[in-house]
Order: sequence, then structure tokens, then C-alpha cells
Amino acid sequence: MTAPLLDVEDLRVRFHLRTGTVEAVRGVTFKLGRERLGIVGESGSGKSQTGRAILGLTPPPGEVEARRLAFDGIDLLTASRRTLRALRGGRISMVMQDPKYSLNPVMPIGEQIIEAYQAHKKAGKGEARDRALAMLEAVKMRDPGRVFALYPHEVSGGMGQRAMIAMMLVTEPDLLIADEPTSALDVTVSMEILRILDELVSERGMGLIFISHDLKLVSSFCDRVLVMYAGRVVEEIEARNLRDARHPYTQGLMRCLPTLKDDVRPLPTLNRDPAWAL
Amino acid sequence: MAGSPPLPPIPTAAPVGMRAWLLSSEPSSRWQARLGRGYLGWRTFSRNPLAVIGLAVILLLVFVALFADVIAPYSPIAGGDLRTERLLPPSALHWFGTDDQARDIFSRVIYGSRITLMVVMLVAVIATPIGLLFGTVAGYMGGWVDTVLMRITDIFLAFPRLVLALAFVAALGPGIENAIIAIAITSWPPYARIARAETLTIRNSDFIAAVKLQGASTPRIILGHVVPLCMSSLIVRVTLDMAGIILTAAGLGFLGLGAQPPMPEWGAMVATGRNYLIDQWWVAAMPGLAIFVVSLGFNLLGDGLRDVLDPKAAK
Amino acid sequence: MARDPMLDIRSLRVTYGTGRMQVDAVKDVSFQVEPGSVYGLVGESGSGKSTVLRAICGLAPVSAGRIMVDGREVPSPRSKAFYRTVQMVFQDPYASLHPRHTVDRTLSEPLAIHGERDAEARILQALREVGLGPSFRFRYPHQLSGGQRQRIAIARALILRPKVLLLDEPTSALDASVQAEILNLLDDLRRNLGLTYILVSHDLAVVAHLCDRLLVMRHGEAVEETSSETLRANRVESDYTRSLVEASQGFTRRTPQAGAPLAS
Repeated sequence: MTAPLLDVEDLRVRFHLRTGTVEAVRGVTFKLGRERLGIVGESGSGKSQTGRAILGLTPPPGEVEARRLAFDGIDLLTASRRTLRALRGGRISMVMQDPKYSLNPVMPIGEQIIEAYQAHKKAGKGEARDRALAMLEAVKMRDPGRVFALYPHEVSGGMGQRAMIAMMLVTEPDLLIADEPTSALDVTVSMEILRILDELVSERGMGLIFISHDLKLVSSFCDRVLVMYAGRVVEEIEARNLRDARHPYTQGLMRCLPTLKDDVRPLPTLNRDPAWAL
Repeated sequence: MAGSPPLPPIPTAAPVGMRAWLLSSEPSSRWQARLGRGYLGWRTFSRNPLAVIGLAVILLLVFVALFADVIAPYSPIAGGDLRTERLLPPSALHWFGTDDQARDIFSRVIYGSRITLMVVMLVAVIATPIGLLFGTVAGYMGGWVDTVLMRITDIFLAFPRLVLALAFVAALGPGIENAIIAIAITSWPPYARIARAETLTIRNSDFIAAVKLQGASTPRIILGHVVPLCMSSLIVRVTLDMAGIILTAAGLGFLGLGAQPPMPEWGAMVATGRNYLIDQWWVAAMPGLAIFVVSLGFNLLGDGLRDVLDPKAAK
Repeated sequence: MARDPMLDIRSLRVTYGTGRMQVDAVKDVSFQVEPGSVYGLVGESGSGKSTVLRAICGLAPVSAGRIMVDGREVPSPRSKAFYRTVQMVFQDPYASLHPRHTVDRTLSEPLAIHGERDAEARILQALREVGLGPSFRFRYPHQLSGGQRQRIAIARALILRPKVLLLDEPTSALDASVQAEILNLLDDLRRNLGLTYILVSHDLAVVAHLCDRLLVMRHGEAVEETSSETLRANRVESDYTRSLVEASQGFTRRTPQAGAPLAS
């Protein structure tokens, strides 16, 4: 087996608050190759903080600690700011939940993609422009030339998220972290976005970390799933074997969703065992 | 049971006794809930040492004003012997020295605190409710009510404060009451604007829609649901404005349009001291220092209150 | 027809703005809801499904059409009596409770507005009905979890003993496990109190779980009225509904390989 793209061992994220210390992530360990990894959990499970910690985007007063946190052999914990800056947005990219907050509202979309490209690649204006247009086309933007000149508020949520993905992928990263990339979008739109993401990931051989609360979506999209609860990974499982999940939390999460297929009444609810959080 | 509460923070020390009662997550009465909230606010406030200093200054001002006749060693109005006791420098007998009328400046500063406190309280009591009412009604009702009320606000906002106060005092005659009215009239428009801006964000929220759907009348919604949410930012703003109001009152006094002699108003005292600024510096400096300390106190208090009441704006 | 419908909406139209800025949020939507049943409105954002609810309770302007509740046309503006019959639960439990009011104040407000007596007993009963104990009575919203907040919002809506409850995406802001609890609670309450629900949701599975009949909406228009059985059997008529059904099953690869869709 080749060296993993991302190697995380015993990752911990702590927040020192006035009321005490909260440990949002408590010893998460996983390895990622060029595959689609899903991280699933409910609010407060630490899934988003895990993604942020990898990129060094833990908001203050958070504190990240890990026995090992390496990307392609580069230790992210000891790397210099410059190295980190070059990695971030260059070889590792992140797509956030709501494009409204992630795109610069006073800059046309095309300019933003060009800027992202030029920040990491040595390229002239003309080349960057061609790359940006090609990227907008790759995310199935109907009229890339027109969208290029639009401001973020002039496009719909789905188009904005596509622009965001275009911006994140234009530098051809090796790892993409997508934190609830479709939660703010309508179902039919989010399926399109996922399809685009899926194609780009498999064509370019990227590693993908897909963070979501939606077990159904993650299991159908990813190869492997980490289920998080109270800051820990309680189960790691191949997506296609999810129905044979062993941990009662995973089983409970699966069962409590209403489905179109059968009518279970009342829905089984999740009895949280305090032991899961230990 | 209903859902999982977010992970409880690991407490640093188990709260005991009174504190535990105040911080209980399951208060058993309305009062316990309110006091608990107040206590949490106090904890945030008291973590800011400057704010506590500000509060101490304001409490000192109130204390001094209340017990002026006990604290002040001399009469603030009747002077001593004009031949021997005029313009004496600070000494054990006259801590702040004496002025040109041979009056004890310390006593005058002490009594002056009453005037300052009155100005501050009256302006707050007059200007805040007017601003709050105009702002919340305009913001909540919208449409032509909003247009009319806000244009009236704009008219008042267009007058420079000191100039309007001057005109007002010129028309009604000088005196501390007229100065207060003039200041109050010119200071409410910013409060109306703040209240309106807050109301506009509150107006379309679901909890207002919910109370509308219970059949609540418009006055009930404004008074019971909108006003409490506008109060905090308004209290912060009024407190921060107090320094400016004290300075305006002092400015009017300095110009001879506020408190009239022989009232021991700090601004008027600075004005008399102007004549002796070089040789008898204490005549102007002592009341000036009082103005400075109280203004600073209000500013520090306002900053501290902002941390407690309006956490969004604090950073 | 066996019984008169509890709710009868005829050619409802909601228009915002005038002239060039005019937007038809809802165009000629009609449907009837039987007493004691659950009716679903499904659609994506901008379909006008929430606007229908808001128009019923007077939060959105009705520019044409008729709304009848319990056999009577609703007055405009809505009367106090209307609000005793129809209540609403909002999507976001973090936004629908006043941040400075305790649970007690939130629940006593409707009683005070309508001059009801025995506030004390009614509040405790309302808390019991939604599965919360008396210990929740004097808490502020920030001391409650999302699910608990939504329970309080439901208690507030039920405290006046309405006949119709309008549910605007009542579970979409909640975690999956909490969603199941709230859906079960709504189901129990409807049976015990004989309520009629209109449920708005973007989640077909949730609508199919709770509703008997449902209306699929798109761009302010009704696309198709159908029932949960038809939906379950995937015998829907319109292509749009079919695409919604497909999307609700999770992601499907065009060329199936790794990661088979989770069908359960």
C-alpha cells in the first residue's frame, strides 16, 4: 500500500471557555487515500471541527493537538505559516455549506477564481482566465462567459455553490474537504452538485472528505464512512455495508429516518447510552 | 426525553450554595430565572476591570450627590472673608483651594455633582423613552407611519446640538432647566434610529410572527416583545452618550447659558477659573477634573455594559 | 363527500409587489383537507409552499381566491376567534422563541391575550403534553436544546386548543434522531387531540410518513395532488415528482460501481 494522502492520529480540538474546557474532537484517527471518505454525525459531534482542524482553520480560542497530522508526508502541525498557506487552497481545498458567506460579495465570480488560481500557480492573466472559464464549464455552468462577470448575489444558491467548487478545484488540489456542501440547496440541485463533485473527484483522482449530517446521502456518495458521536469516531465502515453497522448509535441513526418505502409508526427513536460518549 | 442537549462544558469547579441556586439550569420560579440571568450578566461585567472602575465612579457620583451636605465642609455659595481667603491654593483647610469669591472649591465640586447627576438623569428619562417610542413604532409599523416619524427625527437630527441648545436657551432664558430640555430634545433622534434599526431586524423574526398569530395587538407586541430587545443596545448607547451630555451641559454653563451663578455647576466654575488660569490653576482645574472623571466613568461603564448586553458589538 | 372539509382553499393567489416588480408567489392553488387528517405541501425553495401557510394565517397577502376554515370564510384581518382555531409551528426553533422570555412567559402570553383563566394549570398541562416536565417552565430558550425548543413551540401552538395546526418544516432544523421524536410527538398529539395538520416540507420521506394526502408544488403552482400510498408505490404521474422521489433516495451514480445506493 502506498503512503496515505492524509494521516490523522489522535486529533483533539479543545476550546477553553470561561465556563470550562470543551473538547469538541477527542482523539480522532483515520487515514485517507485517493478515495471518498464521509464523516457523519449530528450537531455537536465534532465533524466540522475535524475538517477545520486539518486545514488549520480552528477558530480561536480553539487549540489543536494530535499525535500525527500529516498531509502527503508534510507535518501540518509543525509546518511554517508559508507552507500552510501554500497548501491551503493550493493542494488542500475546502467547500463550505453556504456559498453566500464564502464568496466575496464585492468581486465578480470570475475574478475570484482567477485570483485563487494565481495565488497558487505562476500564470499570466490570460492563462488564468482560460483556466477559470474552463473550470466554470467543468462545473456545468450553462453560460460560463456570462457567469464569469456576475457578482455572487446575482446567482442562485446552486450556481453559487458551483462557482465555489470551481474556485476550489481550479488549483487542482489533491484533497478536497467538503463541509455540508449541499445542505443549503434544494434536493434536485444538490444531486447535480454531487454529480459534478463525483466526476471531478474520480477524473482527477482527488481525495475527498465529505462532512454531513445526512447519513443517507453520505452512504450513497462515499466509499467509506466515519460515524462521529460526542467528538469520537464510534464506527468506521464501508458505505455499502452500512446496513450491517455494529454500533447502536449508527443503527439508531439509520432506523430513525422515515423512508418512502415503508411506513413505520412510531419511528424508532435513539436511546443515547452515556457510555457512547466515554 | 427530548433530544440531547449540547455537550455540557466540563465545569472548572462545582458551584456551591448561592451560586448553584443562581446558575441552576432548572430554575423553579420566575425570580430565580431572572436573578440567575442577572448574575450571569454581572459575572461578564465584573470580568472587565475598567468597567468596574467606571461603575465605581458612577456610584461614587451618586453617593456624593446624595450626601453632599454631610461631605462638604463649607457652604457652596456663601464665601469666606474676601480679603484673606480669596484664591487660596489647595491646603489641609481647603483641599481644592478657594475661588475668587473665597468659596471652598471642594464643597462646590461636591454640590456640583448634584447638578450633574440631575442633568444626566433628566436627559436619560426624557430622551430615552421618546427615542424608543419613535424608533420602535416607526420600525414596527412601517409604511407612512415610518416615513412621518423618521422625517420628524431627521429634522431634529439636522440641528447641531449645541446650536439648538443655544437657540433654545436664548428663547426661554438661561437656566439649568432650559439647558436640560434643550439637551434632551437634541439627543433623542439617535436613539430613535438605533431602536428603529433593531426593530427592523426583530420585526420579521418568527417569534414576532408567532405572537401575532396568537392574536396579540400591535401595542402589546411593541411593548412586550420588541421594546425589551431594543433596550439593551439603547442603554449602552445612552450610557456612552452621557459623557457628551455632561460636556454639553458644562459647555452651556461655561458660556453662561446653563446654570446661573452662584449655582456650583462645574462648567460655570471652569468659566470663572479661566480668568486665573495661569496663576491660580486650581480654580479651573478642579471642576475640570471632576467633569473628566465622571465622563470617563460613564464611558467605561458603557463599554462594560456593551459586553454584557450586546455581545455582538463587543468585538 | 362524507364530511365537510376542515380547510378549503380555492384558487389561492398570493402576489407581492406591483408593476414590473410583481411576483406571483402562489398561483391558483386549490385543495381541501378533511378534519382529523394530515395534508402535505411538498416542493423546493421558491415553490410557494410556505407562502400558502402564511396566507392562510394572514402573514401573507391574499390577492385572489377563498380560504374557508371549518365551513366559514376567514375574515381579513384575521379575528381572535380565527387564531383560536388555527395555530402555526415554525421551522427554526432557534428563531421562533423570544430570546428574553422564559418558557413560562412564552406559554402564558396566548392565555393572557385571550383572557384565559388557570394559566398555571394550563401551562403545566401543555408542558406535559409535549413530553417536558415542570422543571422546564422557568428556563430561557438558550438553556434548551433544539428539540426541546421545538416542543415548547408546539406547546405554545396547542395551548389555545386549536383545531388546525400549520406546520412549516417543523423538523428540518433538527438532527435526525430528534426529528424522529418530534414526528412521533406530532403523530400522537394529532390522534389524542383530534387535530388537523397541514405540513409543509421539502423532505418527501417526512411528508409521506405523516401525511395522508399531499400536494407537490413548483414555482408557485400545484404540480400534482397525490397520496402517500401512491408515492410509496412510486406511481406518481408527473416527471417532477418522480425526480423528487429519486433525489430523496440518496445519491445514485449513473454507472453503478462502488458505493451502492442505500435503499432501505
